[in-house]
Amino acid sequence: MNTSDSEEDSYNERSALVQSESPTIPSYNQDHDMSLPQETDSKRRRPVSSGLDEPGPVERERASTPDGEEEELTLKYGAKHVIMLFIPVTLCMVVVVATIKSVSFYTEKSSQRLIYTPFEEDPNSVGQRLLNSFLNTIVMISVIVVMTIILVVLYKYRCYKFIHGWLILSSLMLLFWFSFMYLGEVFKTYNVAMDYPTLVMIIWNFGVVGMICIHWKGPLRLQQAYLIVISALMALIFIKYLPEWSAWVILGAISIYDLIAVLCPKGPLRMLVETAQERNEPIFPALIYSSAMVWMVGMADSSNPGSADERQRNEGRARAQEGVESEDDAAQGGRRRYSAEEDLEEDRGVKLGLGDFIFYSVLVGKAAATGGDWNTTLACFVAILIGLCLTLLLLAIFKKALPALPISITFGLVFYFSTDNLVRPFMDSLAAHQYYI
Amino acid sequence: MTLAVFFGCAFIAFGPSFALFVFTIAKDPLRVIILIAGAFFWLLSLLLSSLVWFIAIKASNSQDLTLQRGLLIFGVFFSVLLQEVFRFAYYRLLRKATEGLAAISDDDGSAISVRQMAYVAGLGFGIMSGAFSMINILSDSLGPGTVGIFGDSQYYFITAALMTLALTLLHTFWGVVFFEGCEKSRWWVIAAVVSLHLLVAGLSLLNPLYEGSLPPVYVITLATGVWAFFSSGGSLHSLSALCTLCGFESRASRTMTEVPLSKTPNPQPLPGRRSMWLPTAPGVCSRQES
Repeated sequence: MNTSDSEEDSYNERSALVQSESPTIPSYNQDHDMSLPQETDSKRRRPVSSGLDEPGPVERERASTPDGEEEELTLKYGAKHVIMLFIPVTLCMVVVVATIKSVSFYTEKSSQRLIYTPFEEDPNSVGQRLLNSFLNTIVMISVIVVMTIILVVLYKYRCYKFIHGWLILSSLMLLFWFSFMYLGEVFKTYNVAMDYPTLVMIIWNFGVVGMICIHWKGPLRLQQAYLIVISALMALIFIKYLPEWSAWVILGAISIYDLIAVLCPKGPLRMLVETAQERNEPIFPALIYSSAMVWMVGMADSSNPGSADERQRNEGRARAQEGVESEDDAAQGGRRRYSAEEDLEEDRGVKLGLGDFIFYSVLVGKAAATGGDWNTTLACFVAILIGLCLTLLLLAIFKKALPALPISITFGLVFYFSTDNLVRPFMDSLAAHQYYI
Repeated sequence: MTLAVFFGCAFIAFGPSFALFVFTIAKDPLRVIILIAGAFFWLLSLLLSSLVWFIAIKASNSQDLTLQRGLLIFGVFFSVLLQEVFRFAYYRLLRKATEGLAAISDDDGSAISVRQMAYVAGLGFGIMSGAFSMINILSDSLGPGTVGIFGDSQYYFITAALMTLALTLLHTFWGVVFFEGCEKSRWWVIAAVVSLHLLVAGLSLLNPLYEGSLPPVYVITLATGVWAFFSSGGSLHSLSALCTLCGFESRASRTMTEVPLSKTPNPQPLPGRRSMWLPTAPGVCSRQES
């Protein structure tokens, strides 16, 4: 199966860890322009850098509070947001691991390969295999780099319709075609008979609601759920179609690429972030998982100033999510700004790019797929969570765009290989004798 | 070898720790982070000890079974020592980060005290230790098979689950006691914890003579639990107050006297570990300096 370019591209832009933007308060915002967290139809596809954007809202808070509380406030959005990211990452990994362990389709090696990994891995010769996996990695990473650069160029020249169409196409494929495949395999595994009309109905509803939630308006939780599901589907595709050794080398290479692309001044992802910030444009929800529940219910209604004072605490607000406000509501954005001033304690969430979800899940899924050892899977899971925690800590300290992949993937890879080769024989011997440590 | 065995053993091994997690840890994000970091530290200690064992295995004659067994026993004891070293290292890390943790905790939640961190860290160690011991066994129990077909004990799964439960609880208690000992610089406490852990590991070497390993381990678990209870400020009075109604208000009002370490030099003793998780009535949460 040759996967289309669109979904290949869509995942690489999804590597990002971004502090969500709250409505900007221009009076406080001295240093830079925080993009309004409005999502517009035309600017949907903001290529997300692997990074955490500057927390302008946090800086604003600092300006408005006494000095002694500065440090406290800047770090105050720490623990809760770590958990708000732990939960979706865990859910995505759980879905992937559960599928890998139960549906054998995703662990069967097929002769088909992605066009991005053209070199076949020959299991007989170690040197050849290693060489081919490196070559595959080079091909894959160059494809990603080229796509990202194309995207930067498109974005710079404001070809929003093109980007938008590309993004719609890729989500269409994920939501309809891949989920159809997934459902088919699940039915095969559990020997469930299903007629086509019912199937069409299910897939149609699932897909259409997904498209609406992700690209337009929808309840926040539903949007988050759909983003988790499409990340899991994407990760499963990678687990199936990437050859064994290539997958590990690609994981390592992409975290290095992530590091370079986000932190280097001329890195494509960094340029994208900066361009988007200059234009005050928000990040596309289709590429970013947002944990923020920022909006006040009364915001859309300018005739109701009282509701603007309402303290908006997070979950359960079926609000028009970020990706949704249309750009012509600039006035609405203005209203939003002022209502934001009144509620400085609104929840500023953190955003994590979908690419991060995908690659975390690929790592854990591959750990679950190779060998029947659950200890390895668990170790990789803990390692990735700790990496994410450290990355968020760094975000809280540095307050700039940070790549979310390197630390977690490094920990994950280290723990995978060491647990698989060192801990597994040890624990197996202990279990055989029933010794406990 | 059925679902019954699977669920039974899973609930035996992980039931209490899961309940502890749900009732005491899940609501507070900071505790969740400390729990996972504790699990990570245990994992690191296991990694290093497996590395040492692996090197020893590779350097030795793989045909000599007694030697292999001896190396495994050495691996067990070395791993125990390393786990305690990493527990101490985690204690140091948490102490260093106390102010930082106070800062990143939610504004509406209390900053975490060393006693709570001790409990959470211990539970993190326990959960990870239990998971690593038990999960592979659980997944094997789902599949077809006959237990002990080659002459081994038939009670493998249930004893594994019981042992895992004991170890999880022990790690929790040891965490509390250990951190308390480090706080008060009572080094005999640390030595006691280390030797208890070595004792428990040594008792497990008696398997499959389960009479020799399980009852003593449970006795040790109970004793350590009592020790942890009194070490973290519990008393017989608070136990009786637990059961009476008039104890409820005093318990609720005293729950929040656990002030963070950065604010006062002498934290109020908690009226028993149990009160940490008791839900306080809204409006009753107040910091009382007494």
